[in-house]
Amino acid sequence: MASGTFADSGADLELVGIQKRFPGFTAIEHLDLSIPAGSFFALLGPSGCGKTTTLRLVAGLEEPTAGSILIGGADVTQQKAFQRPVNTVFQSYALFPHMTVLENVAFGLRRRKIADPVGKAHEALRLVELDHLAARKPQQLSGGQQQRVALARAIVNKPALLLLDEPLGALDLKLRRQMQLELKTIQEEVGLTFLHVTHDQEEAMTMADTIAVMNKGRIEQMGAPELLYELPKTAFVANFLGQSNLFTGPVIGSTSTSITVDIAGHRVLVPADRAHRHAGEVTIGVRPEKMWLHRKAPVEAADRNVMGPGRVIDVSFSGVSTQYLVAVPYIGTLIVFAQNMAFGPVADVGDEVWLDWHVEHGFGLEDEPVPGAGPRFAADTDTRSIAAQRRESLVTELEEA
Amino acid sequence: MKISLGRWLLPVYSALALLFLMVPIAYTFVFSFNDSLKSNITWRGFTFDKWLNVCAVQNGAVCEAFGNSLVIGSVATVLATVMGTMIAIAIVRYRFRFRSATSLLLFLPMATPEVVLGAGLAAQFLSLGVAKDMTTIILAHTMFCISFVVVTVKARVASLDPALEEAGRDLYGSSTQVFLRVTLPLLVPGILAAALLSFALSFDDFIITNFNSGAVTTFPKYIYISAARGIPAEANVIASAVFIFALVVVVTAQVSSAARAKRLARQG
Repeated sequence: MASGTFADSGADLELVGIQKRFPGFTAIEHLDLSIPAGSFFALLGPSGCGKTTTLRLVAGLEEPTAGSILIGGADVTQQKAFQRPVNTVFQSYALFPHMTVLENVAFGLRRRKIADPVGKAHEALRLVELDHLAARKPQQLSGGQQQRVALARAIVNKPALLLLDEPLGALDLKLRRQMQLELKTIQEEVGLTFLHVTHDQEEAMTMADTIAVMNKGRIEQMGAPELLYELPKTAFVANFLGQSNLFTGPVIGSTSTSITVDIAGHRVLVPADRAHRHAGEVTIGVRPEKMWLHRKAPVEAADRNVMGPGRVIDVSFSGVSTQYLVAVPYIGTLIVFAQNMAFGPVADVGDEVWLDWHVEHGFGLEDEPVPGAGPRFAADTDTRSIAAQRRESLVTELEEA
Repeated sequence: MKISLGRWLLPVYSALALLFLMVPIAYTFVFSFNDSLKSNITWRGFTFDKWLNVCAVQNGAVCEAFGNSLVIGSVATVLATVMGTMIAIAIVRYRFRFRSATSLLLFLPMATPEVVLGAGLAAQFLSLGVAKDMTTIILAHTMFCISFVVVTVKARVASLDPALEEAGRDLYGSSTQVFLRVTLPLLVPGILAAALLSFALSFDDFIITNFNSGAVTTFPKYIYISAARGIPAEANVIASAVFIFALVVVVTAQVSSAARAKRLARQG
């Protein structure tokens, strides 16, 4: 980027046929991605899925093995990190410990010889409400404050593209929620293109306009958060983005509006336009909060799927809702979220219950069902277990070092 | 009555150990004020003469040796620190052929007995026909100091978060700018420590110096030689002065860092 000038606004980012191999493993198999200017885009996936590598490729901190990177239509694949109109908020913040907060923020401006670096740095610090701490050193700030300085240090350069590498990972939950809102507000205010990498599905859903769910170096599904949640295409997305009850069975009938699937003797209907496969073995699913719990067998209705009887094996209360685990013979354990509309649980452990849901709430996956994989339901890949795995791998890494 | 070992033994032991360590220093200091003649072994009365006319004895031989040591120490420190820092960065940051071999070789001078190093170097200089003077001493000192610099700076480089340099590059800094404005300032404490260590090692060295100095006399060599016929009190003066200088530096550093920590605590 020419020195002394700012990008006018956010720019499109395009990744074409990106592949990245490291000695011994392939981090990204084949990646095509297009992010429109001014959007808040989240790359969501478990650790090791290639999302951070993607971000580093865009920043210019890694070189792709194959493919090209375009920012605002211009090919930047051959450009070095310092030549690209891109700034990063690092996971560890990476604030320069030997400089004051102000000098940290002014660093990029000074390198590019932009007029009035100090004034502009103060302005950016005012945006994150930290101007009163400009003279401090980074280590005198709290985690949340450091995070905001890192953000100010990046946006002060008005990059065409702002990269966020799990910048909220180190903050506690409350601060995280607050920073999520602040980030979103700032993005709308400055109109930059944000590329946010995270393994926190809630964070991605609250903040992003578009989410791409990544797994094993590939994008599984991309779209608006609502779309991804309501109509997941693969079992991975269905379980990584929230939880799902998944069932596998053969299609035994199909009309223009719906397909009928036999799940261990239960006839389950799925709307045809919400099912990706219309014949053979299919995996279908429904979100736990769309399921209803009944103490008596519900009256059969054309627009509802019924399952049961089953037995409640676990009840856990979480304030606004209660989670029930229901074991249904030959099907497996199903999860039901029920809003706490009454005092106390609707059912207790050991109670016999029936479950039902609106036909229109079901979805059919694109995945080839794995034969003999048994009943498929919520795999243990929610964010909490990923965080635990992550912590474990860090601990082993530390011990090895 | 029960005697508590911990209560008495530890303080007594500590006091004895400290005394044992301090006696030679105290002796050196006290005898720098001795109104000695040739040898400085018996107490002959108090005088400031030796402190005031430190270069007077033997046509200033003590001062010349001291000056030589300062010059050798400074030059060897600069050379060893510059080269050692570069090696340390290379070893930590880059993967290259013979990287682990380099690490091992750097460790050798620290593990090898000084006599062997000194004699080996002397033999090399002899077979190459190099005359022994200040240059050969500086070369020898630079050689063994590099190892210590590498070890000291390496630890600092390894603890440096690579994300900091990446942030520098991300914020439009070229490689040179990132090195000068991010990497180097963050390495300064390690480099300073390495330089101080180098200087102390060089200033202190006798064995390797003795093999490679020819007619040049350094301060340790002067003391060793004059020990045979009696060390003049002027040597005590210089030794005491060096000790006091080092003490003042350490105390100042401690006090100022304590004051800074206090200031930070108040602000934060």
